[in-house]
Amino acid sequence: MPQTVVVVGASLGGLRAAEQLRAQGFGGSVVVVGDEPHLPYNRPPLSKESLLGSGPDVTAEELAAGLAFRPRASATGIEWLLGQPAASADLRARTVTLADGTVLPYDALVVATGLRPRRLPQAEPAAGRHVVRTAGDAARLRREVGPGTRAVVVGAGFIGCETAATLHTLGCDVVVVEPFPVPMVRGVGTDVGAALLAHHRGAGVRFITGQGVSELRGEGRVDAVVLDDGTVIVCDVVVESVGSHCNTEWLAGNGLDLSDGLLCDNDLHVEGRPDVVAVGDIARFPNPRFDDVPRRVEHWSIPGDSARRAASSVIAHLSGEPLEAPPFAPLPAFWSDQFGLRLQSFGSPGLADSVEVAEGSLDRLTDGAAVVYRRSGATVGVLLVNIPVARHPHYRSLVLASDQLV
Amino acid sequence: MKVIVDMNLCQDHGQCAIAAPEVFRMDESSRLVFEAEPDESMRQYVEDAIDVCPVQAIFLED
Ligand SMILES: Cc1cc2nc3c(=O)[nH]c(=O)nc-3n(C[C@H](O)[C@H](O)[C@H](O)COP(=O)(O)OP(=O)(O)OC[C@H]3O[C@@H](n4cnc5c(N)ncnc54)[C@H](O)[C@@H]3O)c2cc1C
Ligand code: SF4
Repeated sequence: MPQTVVVVGASLGGLRAAEQLRAQGFGGSVVVVGDEPHLPYNRPPLSKESLLGSGPDVTAEELAAGLAFRPRASATGIEWLLGQPAASADLRARTVTLADGTVLPYDALVVATGLRPRRLPQAEPAAGRHVVRTAGDAARLRREVGPGTRAVVVGAGFIGCETAATLHTLGCDVVVVEPFPVPMVRGVGTDVGAALLAHHRGAGVRFITGQGVSELRGEGRVDAVVLDDGTVIVCDVVVESVGSHCNTEWLAGNGLDLSDGLLCDNDLHVEGRPDVVAVGDIARFPNPRFDDVPRRVEHWSIPGDSARRAASSVIAHLSGEPLEAPPFAPLPAFWSDQFGLRLQSFGSPGLADSVEVAEGSLDRLTDGAAVVYRRSGATVGVLLVNIPVARHPHYRSLVLASDQLV
Repeated sequence: MKVIVDMNLCQDHGQCAIAAPEVFRMDESSRLVFEAEPDESMRQYVEDAIDVCPVQAIFLED
């Protein structure tokens, strides 16, 4: 009997896991289950150039096709079961059950089900409210916006700020509402957040910070947002970018800790199970580059890095060989495009207790600024704003150099 | 092995230069320059570079 690896989640993490199983020599069956009807496609452009460059009639199929990943040539013989979710899994019997009742037995399971956007608590009015995670989401949003559309973006994280910038460029009248005093504070800290706020305001987007949304008004369709202090903002559409939930419900009943993704060891095994691994946004793993605290990292670079290691773990288990590999210590990398600014980070700025501007000035981000983030003196991250790429390796090496690994 | 980069897609992210510095490099003006026919021994690194390019601008032809 050939061995079977079932991969649940058909996005970047699922694709890279399937590719890496083949690249590392796994000859058994690889089955990838995805609830979206599309083959894996690239999400970051959905809040940036794809949203901007598409007309209002764009369909989810067109967006997904335009952003489809080109799988590695070596990734042959992979079975894609798309368009329905895994409904449950029995980790003891080693089976995954799909929504239509199909039961898939496995020898090893790769979990790559990622995140879905959190929604504002109020269920009604339902129409006119959007999120940006999938090609379907982006197509629905694009259909409802154009010059003069009054848009409220709730939540000024990276996706919220990018979407606000894109909607502004499309001619919408955009207001961003954020409960924290500055945008993207979790990712870049207070000082840089304040500088980005000033830049975005200068570009013409209204930001209301330090306030949450207390109510959505409208009959059937949202027509106004009410803030904590009672301010009413009349609008045509609302974009909710208020964080995310991990897609772990289908794993309930197996005694796993599902409080924040899946708890993994440094080889991406889920809670010590040799036959279950997790990759991408959903994997909460310790990175010895920083410390031994397991964390999830919602960066595009992580699905690729974690899939490589997870595939090694799976192959070692299935072949009965020990896994011989150095500690898994990926260097997180993140980029974002907002109002003519290219942000690039290496490492984990969010862990820092002190921040230093190493180059340029936060007052003139357009001209370039490099910010170094330290924790207890060690460089844990850098953020580069409009810094020429030729100099990125230098800043990246600062993070690599202060590696906690011994 | 032939490497092709679609320069209409490339946004000079520089990730390829980190993954495969022997093949891809950012010049002084931060534009991508690359080896179009690298040695076969570079294949794995070129595949890694293809994986990490955020806009999928890199193509490999045998
Ligand atoms: C709009 C947007 C912009 C972004 N921009 C950037 C950026 O500029 N830079 C950056 O570094 N990162 C960015 N990211 C983050 C990056 O895209 C993610 O880190 C990456 O997509 C994570 O991949 P993943 O495969 O782990 O999860 P996901 O891409 O979330 O994929 C999970 C897949 O599993 C499916 N699924 C869920 N439950 C089930 C189930 N029960 N059965 C079957 N399938 C299921 C989901 O539908 C989805 O297709 C952005 C993300 C978004 C949404
Ligand atoms: S990673 Fe992609 S976008 Fe960046 S320089 Fe290389 S080819 Fe261009």
